[in-house]
Amino acid sequence: MSGGYDDELSRPLEGALEASTSEGPTSPAVGRDEWVARHGDNRTRRGGLLGTVEARLRVVPWWAWLATFVALFCLLPVASDSGYVRRVAFDIAIYMLLALGLNVVVGWGGLLDLGYIAFFGIGAYAYAFLSSDHYGIHLPSFVSIPLVVVIGATTGFLVGLPSRRLTGDYLAIVTLFFLLLFLTVTTNGDDLFGHNVTGGANGLLNADPLSLFGHELPPTLEGGLFNPAYMYVVLAVFVVVYVALRFVNLSRTGRAWRSLREDPLAAEVMGMPVNSLKLMSFAFGAAIAALSGTFVTMLSASVFPLSFSFPLLIIIYTMVILGGSGSQPGVVLGAVLIGTLLELLRDPGDSRVLFYAAIVLGVLGAFRFSVKLAVVVAGTFVFGFVAHSIAGASDNAWVNGSGGEGGGVADFAANWVIVPVHVAAWVAPVSYVSLVALALVLTLLHGWARIALLIPVLYLAAFVWENVMIAQPEPTRYIILGVILIALMIFRPTGLLGEKRVEII
Amino acid sequence: MSANGTPMLELEGINTYYGQIHILQDENIVVNEGELVCLLGGNASGKSTTLKTILGLVRPRTGTVRLAGEDVTQLPTAHRIKRGLAIVPENRRLFGPMTVLENLEMGAYLRPKADLKAEFERVYELFPLLYERRTQLAGTMSGGEQQMVAMGRALMSQPKMLLMDEPSMGLAPILVEKSFEIIKHVNESGVGMLVVEQNANVSLSIADRGYVLSTGRVVLEGKAADLLQNEELRKAYLGR
Repeated sequence: MSGGYDDELSRPLEGALEASTSEGPTSPAVGRDEWVARHGDNRTRRGGLLGTVEARLRVVPWWAWLATFVALFCLLPVASDSGYVRRVAFDIAIYMLLALGLNVVVGWGGLLDLGYIAFFGIGAYAYAFLSSDHYGIHLPSFVSIPLVVVIGATTGFLVGLPSRRLTGDYLAIVTLFFLLLFLTVTTNGDDLFGHNVTGGANGLLNADPLSLFGHELPPTLEGGLFNPAYMYVVLAVFVVVYVALRFVNLSRTGRAWRSLREDPLAAEVMGMPVNSLKLMSFAFGAAIAALSGTFVTMLSASVFPLSFSFPLLIIIYTMVILGGSGSQPGVVLGAVLIGTLLELLRDPGDSRVLFYAAIVLGVLGAFRFSVKLAVVVAGTFVFGFVAHSIAGASDNAWVNGSGGEGGGVADFAANWVIVPVHVAAWVAPVSYVSLVALALVLTLLHGWARIALLIPVLYLAAFVWENVMIAQPEPTRYIILGVILIALMIFRPTGLLGEKRVEII
Repeated sequence: MSANGTPMLELEGINTYYGQIHILQDENIVVNEGELVCLLGGNASGKSTTLKTILGLVRPRTGTVRLAGEDVTQLPTAHRIKRGLAIVPENRRLFGPMTVLENLEMGAYLRPKADLKAEFERVYELFPLLYERRTQLAGTMSGGEQQMVAMGRALMSQPKMLLMDEPSMGLAPILVEKSFEIIKHVNESGVGMLVVEQNANVSLSIADRGYVLSTGRVVLEGKAADLLQNEELRKAYLGR
């Protein structure tokens, strides 16, 4: 991480120390640190092919990763001419920008900012004010975009100003209030002291598209398809922001942020300007969020208050936490994974495949290849078929409800899970609550008792999925986000690529 | 030993309150240039509050804090650090997931970047181990090593007055002795020091002078050698 900097500082000393340590290999060298000398011996490495791959990947420089990632992303619109795929790619690129910005505030500054999405909205609205029919102002993009960034940073600074002495929960409450304020003002802003400012719930329409050197970039191509050029623009902005933030993180300010996050008191007695550092990270995050907002407004040529509410806040936080708060590649990975996952969950066929794959992988991960695995798999299969045939034998209407899509998985599910033609109203809440309760009971049991209970619980999960959740993709998406967060807290609290936590005891 | 008469740090008539509770009661402490002074006292005697008052983390209701003759009572912490104050905090308080090098650099946060190299060299010369471990995460070091990082970090700002809060806390007896040797060594290089300790024996054996605090008042002060002979103190802190 700090390679270049370190070398620069240590070079003049290298000679001096070498002289004192080169007393021959056999005699115990004066000033030689055994821990450092034998450091390499203690490192455990993976063997075999996997170890070689890992060692090779370790030396790939960061810019090569970034270039590969961006190149693959650019190929997406080429590989698929579906407007849907391109639109999703644009959304994910926006998510990546938002996650990068939130990472500055939460991951580096250590400030729990629950108003982050408001800055995204402020950027979107500010652009609409500066370049749309609403006020009749039509600033060209290269003027309005920098203006919006400045507006975002200034608002971030102002919100941070009264909150700079707050930490943790208190800061979270104040910023959450700011988000609520933003939503209230924009929703009711069609009659603000007698003026129509924000267009209220109807939003602002007819925002200008991006104009580059006098050429307007239409948001839609002929035939109403989404213009992939916008995705390339956001991707280019993403690369610039990513590289710029990387330099910030490796600067003295970046390190000061991290030390502030680790121990504010220690940072203060080192003489760091704690308050201005906090404000700076707030303003940085807000500016990036506002910048992302402009592109969303351009693309849809409109802006509505409801696009900036809590679900989006939760989604962005999940991305940052899943990828690893504090790690730039981590939060980008988180944005791509969660963004893709949420889209896949929209489609019942895809989400069914995902669900059963997750169950299989989960069971495989928990038991590895063991007798218990065989018992669980065989037990669940048998349990399902027995339950299905008993139900089918008593009344065919009990099992004929499924008409889903999803290829082989759907066929299997139709012959295995009980899906009644008509589901009584009480079934959904009762089965869902008992699934959660039984999952909690599972954590209290051990050994074979746990396995005995696991089999019906797995079947119940499939039942709930087929009968309740698949029919309601919207809440299901958020339930899945919650499950991911819980699983992370248990198995990998630092996120996928997060920094190691080092607790000082 | 190297002490001469100019006061580096002066506390004059300090009264500090936490809400309505009167913590420091008319406290007067002087540390001269290059002097090593220890501040002794049991639990809840006001040692930490004294340090916080010196640093500006709490403000005294009445009284004056002077650094090299200048009244700093109303100045914020960062300005005091800029004027040559530094602290090795209790429990060291290192930045755990950051490397030794980065920890040291944070100590010199207020120094101009051009001076950094010289500061690093000075600290590495004092603690060669830190140079060898510069890429190690500070949180993964042993207690004694962490103490060295904490001292190195404080020295990075080239302080004229160094505060140490319980340097012996959590260290094995042999390391306590070693860390006091280092303290003595740093002091001999001309840095004035105020060492807050519960371990009266070791700290008095290296100090020039000492103060004893009890429930917020200075109850005893004098030359370290005299204090070591003091019957009352021996009973109270040395247990014999």
